[in-house]
Amino acid sequence: MFHIYCPYCEEYREEEEFHPRGQAHLQRPADPENCSDEQWGDYLFFRDNPRGIHHELWVHSVGCRKFFNITRHTANYEILETYKMGERPSITAETLAADERQSGVQTASGGWQTVGARPEDEALNTEARA
Amino acid sequence: MSEIREFDCRPNDQTGAESPLAWSLQRGPVPDADTQAGVTLRESAFMGHLILRGGAIVLDEAVREVLGINLPARPNTLTLDSTGERSIQWLSPDEWLIVVPGGEEFALEKALRHALGQAHFSLVNVSGGQTVITLSGPKARETLKKSTPYDVHPSAFPVGKGVTTIFAKTSVTLRQPKADCWELIVRRSFADYLYRWLLDAAAEFGVSVER
Ligand SMILES: [Zn+2]
Repeated sequence: MFHIYCPYCEEYREEEEFHPRGQAHLQRPADPENCSDEQWGDYLFFRDNPRGIHHELWVHSVGCRKFFNITRHTANYEILETYKMGERPSITAETLAADERQSGVQTASGGWQTVGARPEDEALNTEARA
Repeated sequence: MSEIREFDCRPNDQTGAESPLAWSLQRGPVPDADTQAGVTLRESAFMGHLILRGGAIVLDEAVREVLGINLPARPNTLTLDSTGERSIQWLSPDEWLIVVPGGEEFALEKALRHALGQAHFSLVNVSGGQTVITLSGPKARETLKKSTPYDVHPSAFPVGKGVTTIFAKTSVTLRQPKADCWELIVRRSFADYLYRWLLDAAAEFGVSVER
């Protein structure tokens, strides 16, 4: 059972009050009429499935009914932070890896991670697929 | 003045009206009123409920002018007027619930619309969709503990707090306007279910229903 901090209610609530709504920070192609089928398909259907840090959209459906973001570790389910819509995460796979290097701990997974969906982080995804 | 058409949802004629708990109180099990009971239930029927949405800064002045109460800006809080009969509760960063004695809501709606003028806001009368069940008595808190995962310990749930949360597998707006008096704002269609749930949950403490 998660105990989730809602950034709008400003307190921890039971997981039952929330619903996950998938990957966060998806960016709709700015000009849908003129983007490629691949770009549109990526936007509609393709989602990251990382082992490690994942930024997710959740909604406090029985509560304030606001959407917000959660940074969660998919391997150990740890919730690292929650933040409001329109804000950027302060913890990402990159910052976590840097912290671990600094404290002399080896990064647990060789997995790659992206902050958002494809149009936003094209380079990272291309790298990972290669 | 906004271009919104206003109409009184509850005109003062002879049209019969039944509260969401009317059926339960007529047909369902109704324990007798008992001053020794651990928990006492009462329906505060036919209150005026308004949902006010907009930016806090825009709404605050109008609300103070019309109702004489501050708009609660802190999450999960509730403010009452000096008589304790009128209240405003924070529901979300841009949404508040106003509860006033039945019959006042139409005049209040008009006054608020007038005070807010062309501001960006929304005001909806939801009186018909929900009702208030009050829970009092020495064992009221124990009954709540059996029904909701929300922490109702005095340190976590002081007087003046109000939250929307899970309650008996459905959702309610739970608040404590004054010491040891709990209000459950429930959806009309869930009222009978919650009434029966509360009777069952409070049975071990001795329960009475005021009508
Ligand atoms: Zn919330």
